[in-house]
Amino acid sequence: MATGIKDYAARSREIIREDPGVRESVTGATIAFDEKRRQGYAEVDADAWRRWAEGVKNHTLTHLDRYLAEAEEQLQANGAQVHWAADAAEAREIVTGLAVRHGVRSVVKGKSMVTEEIDLNPVLEAAGIEVFETDLGEYILQLLEEPPSHILGPALHKSLEQVQELFADRLDTARDGDPDTLARAAREVLRGAFIHADMGITGANFLVAETGTVALIENEGNIRLTTSLPRVHVAVVGIEKLLPRMTDLAGFLQLTARAATGQPIGCFVSLIQGPAADPGDDGPEEVHVVLVDNGRTDVLAHEHAWEALRCVRCGACLNACPVYRQTGGHAYGYVYSGPIGSVLDPGLLGLHEAMPLPFASSLCGACEDACPVRIPIPELLLEWRREAQEEGLTPWKERAALAGLASVATRPGLYRLAGKIGSRLGATGAARVLPMLGEWSKDRALPKPSPRTFRDLWREGIE
Amino acid sequence: MKVAFFVTCLADHYFADAAADAVRLLRHLGCEVSFPPDQTCCGQPAYNAGRTGEALRMAEHTLDVFGGQPDNPAGADAVVLPSGSCATMVKKFYPRLATSPGASAVRATALAERSWDLAEFIVRRLGVTRLGDGLAGRRIAVHQGCHALRELRLETEPATLLEGAGAEVVPWEAQEECCGFGGLFSVKMTAVSAAMADRKLETLPDVDWVVSGDGGCVLHLDGRSRARGDRVEFVHLATALWRGVNGDGGKTGAK
Ligand code: SF4
Repeated sequence: MATGIKDYAARSREIIREDPGVRESVTGATIAFDEKRRQGYAEVDADAWRRWAEGVKNHTLTHLDRYLAEAEEQLQANGAQVHWAADAAEAREIVTGLAVRHGVRSVVKGKSMVTEEIDLNPVLEAAGIEVFETDLGEYILQLLEEPPSHILGPALHKSLEQVQELFADRLDTARDGDPDTLARAAREVLRGAFIHADMGITGANFLVAETGTVALIENEGNIRLTTSLPRVHVAVVGIEKLLPRMTDLAGFLQLTARAATGQPIGCFVSLIQGPAADPGDDGPEEVHVVLVDNGRTDVLAHEHAWEALRCVRCGACLNACPVYRQTGGHAYGYVYSGPIGSVLDPGLLGLHEAMPLPFASSLCGACEDACPVRIPIPELLLEWRREAQEEGLTPWKERAALAGLASVATRPGLYRLAGKIGSRLGATGAARVLPMLGEWSKDRALPKPSPRTFRDLWREGIE
Repeated sequence: MKVAFFVTCLADHYFADAAADAVRLLRHLGCEVSFPPDQTCCGQPAYNAGRTGEALRMAEHTLDVFGGQPDNPAGADAVVLPSGSCATMVKKFYPRLATSPGASAVRATALAERSWDLAEFIVRRLGVTRLGDGLAGRRIAVHQGCHALRELRLETEPATLLEGAGAEVVPWEAQEECCGFGGLFSVKMTAVSAAMADRKLETLPDVDWVVSGDGGCVLHLDGRSRARGDRVEFVHLATALWRGVNGDGGKTGAK
């Protein structure tokens, strides 16, 4: 799949320079989310919950075949139809096939990262089907023809003014319409779409093996409508979304909400148990669950990266991340951005395709502290860096510089000599011999070496 | 208490005076300080870049210099580093590195257990939190290096010591946020890294000094603030604390 990942450095620079409003919006929104997450964690024994959740996910991932089989059986017993998609192309074919078979002309969608991952909307539209994103943020981005910038708040890189402009142009709202007015205008359009839609497409937050339950968390009510009004509901589900039992779900619903928004639980939780039992009952006539691999079994087989499959897509790591905050998600060039993107994308797409994401981090560790399933993101980034080094995917100058450092640092005499030369050269002289300082000095004044090294001071005696 | 001082390469070359202040401070607190001369770089730049082989070689060299056993050549009870980041390398990452084949896990663990960041050592090992009142009237913002904060969990130690020397530690909205240095990160992703520093600088309260126990962060923040034309005075924690003991008239080394 074509991604914009390799341009990360240039794109991030461009966003910061050319579109400073993005940094402002993203920083403001993520800090607010992160603050709520902290409060949400503080109200419970978050560490105990997180340890528990990590354990449940590890168990599930190491018994994934068993739980997938159980889930399939239960889903079928509930009257849902199960489809397996090895990759994005198969997943797209399955969903469009269903739409065509049912004579679908109009689709409503709940926010779903996996349908972004498989790039579903363009093929539906190519088949002449009208697609409505019904999450408010997603709807805004659909009007703007932009991909989501954040797992949870897809449009958080937009300012209120930008949305006011957009809605004034497209929905005829007042140019200074307050957020409520804007939401009401979107709701008008979307209500119509819900009523006319033949198919609702969602992702899933969890899939419970024991009962074959698709669980969806949301705050807007649009997912509830998407899964209950149209005749057909299709849930596209990554195979890592499994949970063994209903009691596990109870814990995960709460922990995920706390991590995402600090809420004790989402405003709406939909538990889908299959189609309407009798004609005339509420609910869709058919429920389809499309289980998507698309690189996940490769991630699972990876010695280290498999831990990233614990991810529940809460967005807490993005919210905590000072790197993400400067640019939002678009700089990363793929649907999964921020800390989790930087460890997941190399696994899903192949490391070569995902360079330089493992290096798009200062390794500050804020993500790991925020993550509800304790994914050791910095450690995984380091593992990918090691692999990138082994495979020669990093610039040779960098490798040469570090090899040089090591050979100097393991020879004390040489090290002392280099230090002495460095302090003689001073700031600009050092910049001339150390090519990396050239990059540094694009945005910063050069560091000033001490006129005499500590070693010299020690030799002369420190009073 | 016998302390072997691990100056770290950055402090040796860029914060020589602050490192000297750390030695003064340790002596003032009753430590006998030695300086094993063959010490070099802890290897963190290579470790963070994923160059495990080189990182391991530098770690092994450091283990040779500072010893892994109690009867190490430096004959010290503790190894103290004036850098939270390098202290983390020795304390947390050496034991991880040493799980690679052929490495000496025992030596690495022994050194890890005896090594301390400066503020950590003073508060947790020596049990000292009061250092005189030489900083009375000073308004200080503290920048915590990420490794010190999230790996060593030194959430309060630097502020405690500064306050213990009379300073007023002023809350800083972006206090716990990364400054954007991250070694190689600052040259590979230079625009993002600089924007991260900007966030720190944009939220900085009105203070006399910004103090940090991590030279790397100070170099980065100072470099960025000078490029922006800000006037911020950065002071290494060791220097700030020595001034706390000695008053501002002492022999000090503000950067
Ligand atoms: S990695 Fe953790 S914090 Fe980030 S989205 Fe996934 S579960 Fe949430």
